[in-house]
Amino acid sequence: MTEIVLDNVTFGYTEDHPIIQNISLKIDEPGLYCILGPNGVGKSTLVKCVNKILVPTSGTVTIDGVDIMEMSHADISKYIGYVPVSTNEAFAMSVLDTIMVGRYNHRRWGSEHVDLEMVYRAMKLLRIRNLANRNFNALSAGQHQKVSIARGIVQETPVLILDEPTANLDIKYQVYVTELLRAFAEKKGVAVLTISHDLNITAKYAHKIIMLARPGVVFKVGTPQEVMTKENVETVYGIECDVRDHDGYPTLIFGGALVDDDDSVSDMGAFEKESGFWSSLKNAFKSDVKHHHHEKKE
Amino acid sequence: MKEFNLADDKLLSRSVVEAVDGWDEPVSEDAGLGLTIMTYMRNRRWKYIFVAICLVAIVLVAGYTITIGSVSIGFLEAYETIWNHLTGNIVDTRADYVVWSLRLPRIIGGIFAGLGLAVCGVVMQNTLKNPLADPYTTGVSSGASMGATITLTLFGGALGSWYGALGAFIFALVPVAIMIGITKMKDASATTMIMAGIGIMYIFNAITTMMMMSMNSQTMQAIYNWQVGTLDLLAWEQLPVIAVVVVIGIIISMVISGKLNVLATGDESAKAMGIDADKMRIWCLILVGVVSAAVVAFTGLIGFVGLVAPHITRLFIGSDNKFLIPAAGVFGGMLMIVADAIGRTILFPEVVQVGVIMSFIGGPVFLALLLGTKKKMW
Repeated sequence: MTEIVLDNVTFGYTEDHPIIQNISLKIDEPGLYCILGPNGVGKSTLVKCVNKILVPTSGTVTIDGVDIMEMSHADISKYIGYVPVSTNEAFAMSVLDTIMVGRYNHRRWGSEHVDLEMVYRAMKLLRIRNLANRNFNALSAGQHQKVSIARGIVQETPVLILDEPTANLDIKYQVYVTELLRAFAEKKGVAVLTISHDLNITAKYAHKIIMLARPGVVFKVGTPQEVMTKENVETVYGIECDVRDHDGYPTLIFGGALVDDDDSVSDMGAFEKESGFWSSLKNAFKSDVKHHHHEKKE
Repeated sequence: MKEFNLADDKLLSRSVVEAVDGWDEPVSEDAGLGLTIMTYMRNRRWKYIFVAICLVAIVLVAGYTITIGSVSIGFLEAYETIWNHLTGNIVDTRADYVVWSLRLPRIIGGIFAGLGLAVCGVVMQNTLKNPLADPYTTGVSSGASMGATITLTLFGGALGSWYGALGAFIFALVPVAIMIGITKMKDASATTMIMAGIGIMYIFNAITTMMMMSMNSQTMQAIYNWQVGTLDLLAWEQLPVIAVVVVIGIIISMVISGKLNVLATGDESAKAMGIDADKMRIWCLILVGVVSAAVVAFTGLIGFVGLVAPHITRLFIGSDNKFLIPAAGVFGGMLMIVADAIGRTILFPEVVQVGVIMSFIGGPVFLALLLGTKKKMW
């Protein structure tokens, strides 16, 4: 099992606004790890720091003891597979070809049949064999999601990261995909790290929950029973919540939302700083954040 | 290390346990797999066939275009003359002169130009993840225009001369260098690159226009012809330069075609699959810059082929760059000589510039294909 250790990882696009702060985590056992937390708490940012899509402002990430800053993207890709939030692609191929791209690191001359078989298995697992010849961009959002997950699975890495793998899926497939990822982790002895928004599904199927809270810090790490308590959920999510035991795993029943997020603009100085002519001009020419290249949402 | 036993996991439903438990078992007797492999192979075969059809077509079209002109040369006679010349057994010196010295350089040069621009288009569209990108998005065209204008203004003389081409080539690379500088300084995202390219294009075009305003009408005419794009200036001496650059460019593009496929899935997933997207974009930009500059230096600005040849080819064989690069290249070469042939016949004996014909015929054809296709491509 590959061991991934995050030590005091902080990341921010500007020095004074860190998105995640001092995050220390260890992924050294196989299983389904679910990252939970409210919007904007840095869940996606955190997973992108794990495989150097984003470069932490401070702190280190190591894979089997090696700092990822000393590894190339090609090196890291042998350990960590990644399924981003799925979108349309500029030049879409068929579903089969799209998933075949996931075999990029395995493809050799004449390995086609092995790769095709792997792709076929993944399609079978996600129940999309019938879509094999369809154009990727002609699919629905839920189908996109399944194709993306299949592309992640065929990468056959010891660690697989999925950013919201159940987004856009109906309830049956939310449960199915989550079960699948749990089963896959158990069967293959790999670590599957997902970002999730459904607390009940997560509470049932996760081996381990990593709960993030504002301002981008780790709030709790542990089993669902340890993390999914009334107090924790109410503190982190700001929603009234009852936690009941259902066959040994926690089930959450939600009450009213406690919306007390502070969006007031009392600090006129800071508010003003983000607007106006000079500030936009400054932003337009700002090039001081050189150590990372984040992809613009297009 | 923790060990799991799937069957003991009470949380999992039967269907999931069965699906995942069979993961490692061979599926070779699965009829679906056979069918999937068969369709995959059949699709791939069609892609090979498409490339082959284009190759045959290009040879036939080339032969036909040799027959066009004031001296009449038959279709088969064209091939025969070439064969005779190659074997050193020249029978008809007049036919040999017309075919070998007058018409063939234009056609072979046109093929290489089309090939180069189309392949650059594929690479550019993929690296910038934008269907509107073509070699000129990098500012190559505006740079080359400016280079040609400067050298002609300073040294006078005819277009197609070596120093004219050299000027165009060098200045064509200036915008590429500026773009790389900008993206290095800021953020190498695809959109930033396109914006930078367009910005540079306007600056260079303004400079060119300003220079042209102070020109005599003769030089202006020459510049204008060049800006529209023409194969008139191609001669044997120049072909090796174009050919070598284009062929090397195509070989590199073919080698990186797998990487381009990964890059097309988005920067983040490309990085996660082991490709440094930012670095690769810059190298692709350099590649496209050099190849298209080499072509443009001799032919002037032949637009459209770099944009449209990749798109039309995609309609036939899809977006897999392994096949798209050779297919679009050959298709682009063919498009070029067909457009040139039409340009030479339509107002005979006047020659309409290939760039004009390309846009005039290519535009409607492209729109028709766009409207006619049922597949959702972009």
